[in-house]
Amino acid sequence: MAVKTTTGAAAPLPAADAAPAAKQGFWAWLNKRMPVDDFIASQLTGYYASKNLNFWYFFGSLSVLVLVVQLLSGMYLTMFYKSGELTSFDSVQYIMREVDYGWLIRYLHSTGASAFFIVVYLHMFRALLYGSYRAPRELLWLIGMLVYLALMAEAFLGYVLPWGNMSFWAAQVIVNLFSTVPLVGPALVIWISGDYGIADATLNRFFALHVAVVPLALLLLVMLHLVALHQVGSNNPDGVEINDRRRADGKPLDGIPFHPYYTVKDVVGVGVFFVLFAIVLFFAPTLGGLFLETTNFEPANPLSTPEHITPAWYFTPFYAILRAVPSKGMGALLLLLSVAAYLFLPWLDRSPVKSMRYKGWMSRTALALFTVSFVVLAYLGMQPAEGLYVVLARIFAFIYFLYFIAMPFYTYFEKVKPVPERVTYHAH
Amino acid sequence: MRIDARALLAAVLLAGAAALAPVGAAAAEQAAGGEEAGAGKWGADWQSWHAGNDVSDRASLQRGARNFVSYCLGCHSLKYERWSRLGQDLGIPPSLLQENLLRPGDKPTDYMLTIMPPADAQAWFGKSAPDISLIARARSRDYLYQFLKTFYVDPARQTGVGNLRVLTAMPHVLAELEGLKRAVFREVTTRGEGGAVVHEQVFDHFEQLVPGRLSAAEYDGFVRDTVNFLDYVSEPTQTARRALGWWVVLFLLDFTWLAWLVKRAYWKDVH
Amino acid sequence: MADHAVVADDEVDLSRRKFLTRATIATGAVGAAFAAVPFLESWSPSERTRAEGAPAELDLAKVEPGQMTTVVWRRSPIYVVRRTPDMVARIAGHDDQLKDPTSQYSDQPGYAKNPLRSRTAEFLVIVGSCTHLGCLPKQRFDKGELYPSWPGGFFCPCHGSRFDLAGRVFDGSPASTNLQVPPYSYPNARTLLVGEDEKGAA
Repeated sequence: MAVKTTTGAAAPLPAADAAPAAKQGFWAWLNKRMPVDDFIASQLTGYYASKNLNFWYFFGSLSVLVLVVQLLSGMYLTMFYKSGELTSFDSVQYIMREVDYGWLIRYLHSTGASAFFIVVYLHMFRALLYGSYRAPRELLWLIGMLVYLALMAEAFLGYVLPWGNMSFWAAQVIVNLFSTVPLVGPALVIWISGDYGIADATLNRFFALHVAVVPLALLLLVMLHLVALHQVGSNNPDGVEINDRRRADGKPLDGIPFHPYYTVKDVVGVGVFFVLFAIVLFFAPTLGGLFLETTNFEPANPLSTPEHITPAWYFTPFYAILRAVPSKGMGALLLLLSVAAYLFLPWLDRSPVKSMRYKGWMSRTALALFTVSFVVLAYLGMQPAEGLYVVLARIFAFIYFLYFIAMPFYTYFEKVKPVPERVTYHAH
Repeated sequence: MRIDARALLAAVLLAGAAALAPVGAAAAEQAAGGEEAGAGKWGADWQSWHAGNDVSDRASLQRGARNFVSYCLGCHSLKYERWSRLGQDLGIPPSLLQENLLRPGDKPTDYMLTIMPPADAQAWFGKSAPDISLIARARSRDYLYQFLKTFYVDPARQTGVGNLRVLTAMPHVLAELEGLKRAVFREVTTRGEGGAVVHEQVFDHFEQLVPGRLSAAEYDGFVRDTVNFLDYVSEPTQTARRALGWWVVLFLLDFTWLAWLVKRAYWKDVH
Repeated sequence: MADHAVVADDEVDLSRRKFLTRATIATGAVGAAFAAVPFLESWSPSERTRAEGAPAELDLAKVEPGQMTTVVWRRSPIYVVRRTPDMVARIAGHDDQLKDPTSQYSDQPGYAKNPLRSRTAEFLVIVGSCTHLGCLPKQRFDKGELYPSWPGGFFCPCHGSRFDLAGRVFDGSPASTNLQVPPYSYPNARTLLVGEDEKGAA
């Protein structure tokens, strides 16, 4: 609105940005009704992140990308998939063969599922590396763990839907785990299945959960995760809090605005990710049976157990731990603990420093051993549970738990390196 | 512990190359051909026989389709594959499809179903012949190749034949083409658990008993074509998939390169 | 060590930046457009639907003179009427009561753009879907069946549209065009093939 001077003529307006009048008008109209500019200013151009974020920091935005891929491809699959013990398997073949580009949509979803776990595991590893679960980011970490749990549930439910033979038997094994719950176990299994064994009822409710319920929970949790992140700001490879050292204008000395620097950098990450993703999707979608299991190319057969029942690769470390224990109840408990252990990390880590760069040799060794045990357990989970494999599974399961159990001790007592005042950065 | 991203990437690529090396060696091997009949112990190396088929070889697929219709469709259906789709993908015009492949009463838009009633199969063979639309993916191409090439005479069995690859109720449908061969076993003595002596019958080699209509090389080609066809049927869109893949990957590489230039331009600011 | 993490450089950099950014965004937009194609294409009728929509055959011996039979082709009812010579004669003589007597505005293949709206006088092949809002018209083939001057034809019960024995719409009907004629042909004297003609399968 022009300000009138005493002579009645309009006073000159302050210099406006070189935006066309129409856009300014619309933008102003919009901003009066929705805090768009405020959002951009506070969450993008005005949200600062440390300038030394490296390779390990790509995987958060990539996780969101894969979530979008799964939602889009999943939504479309739902248009053609017919859930039901008599129709599921055939409808997947219908999608693969008779729907135009159905094969592409299906492979997007199957490759995306595995890609999701690769990205999420690397994302979580970053946290172990740099202490991103430490104060004030404990809640961020806990919410992240809930996202991970929701993701595991979503993957399990989705795997049952094609109703191949492995779909059926994986459902059988996992649902039967609930029989170990004290008192209500067996009744719980029947209640989950909706029948006296895995059947049409189970398949249909898993479909509803996979398509509607868990995705909504995932979206909500991811949003909470981002809110919690923006509240405290991202950690960085040196574990130094950039908000502790500020400029005159109040911005962090070692921080740079997320937009444009990290938006631009993340796009490169997206590009590289898509190249690798496309190579797998178009040239090796089954990835030798890792991404699409061979057993699942046969329809579900309640009377024919596959020779080796194994879950998808992203569950095999935990599966190996489950099978390492000779008792069913204890095995299920340890399986639960192997996932729940992560929840305690913020309080198990008693080191004066956050980042592995400045921790002592004990922490480094522990993390290295943990990583090796995770990979080895993943491999062992794919093998038959016999002979040397069982022995090794027990050894590496022990190492896996040792990482958590011993952490309060080795992080407290080890000698650490001096942490720099400012973040270390090399131009690139 | 500082993990250098570049070193990690190099390590991953090296590991990938190392993993692919044996695949390359195997490919070279199978290009040279599977086994040689009559050269010493025929069939002793059966477990390393590779199908070596090429799904983009249309002529081979057409022969395979003909083989399938003649010898397999009598019992096995391909319930997800339409005749018209087969014609389209293999470049067989509708008139030739009608003349050479379609059975009387088949419409081109029909699915390729067997006419054998499952009840009869159950009665004659003990189980009905499964649909094999996905068999090449549920097992593997090498499995199918080995299966069709390791039938041997076994009077103890109802069908008169046994198979090295899998215990099967299927008769040797291709016997007239391959002829009949006998499997020679040798006894192997090992020490089992707790020091007990175990005698095992281990396959040694094949011996041809009755020649078939085809020579060994011709039969080999016949089986390869048939396996090739089953490979195609298990995923008819695979050729289109790979073709599209080249374009997509090239485009993405181009995009990524541009994005990286943008990133570099902006990050010059950062000190 | 600079006081600020970010130091903007000169104008040259900024214009290069703008150019590169625009080039990348343009490439990304092209990529997104291509990526949309499979999703949009997936909604097209699938192979199964196309197969189910293949031309439909009818054995003409099944239709008695003066009778109508219905064949389904691509989810539409196709009326096949075997017209008697008397019925054929009742097609003429009321052109002034029709909205589109010469089928200028109606939908039919070239060989049906004639007063009889068919290849031969004997058989009428039309889509049994009222051109108003799609109800199935009912047969009223007898002279005088609806009112004394009624020459015979079809009556749509939904909103009262009337069509003659060549499927042409009468004035006073809510429908404005004649009943649609699908592509069809006679591969031999005994058979009608709906959905395929000289141009090939529809």
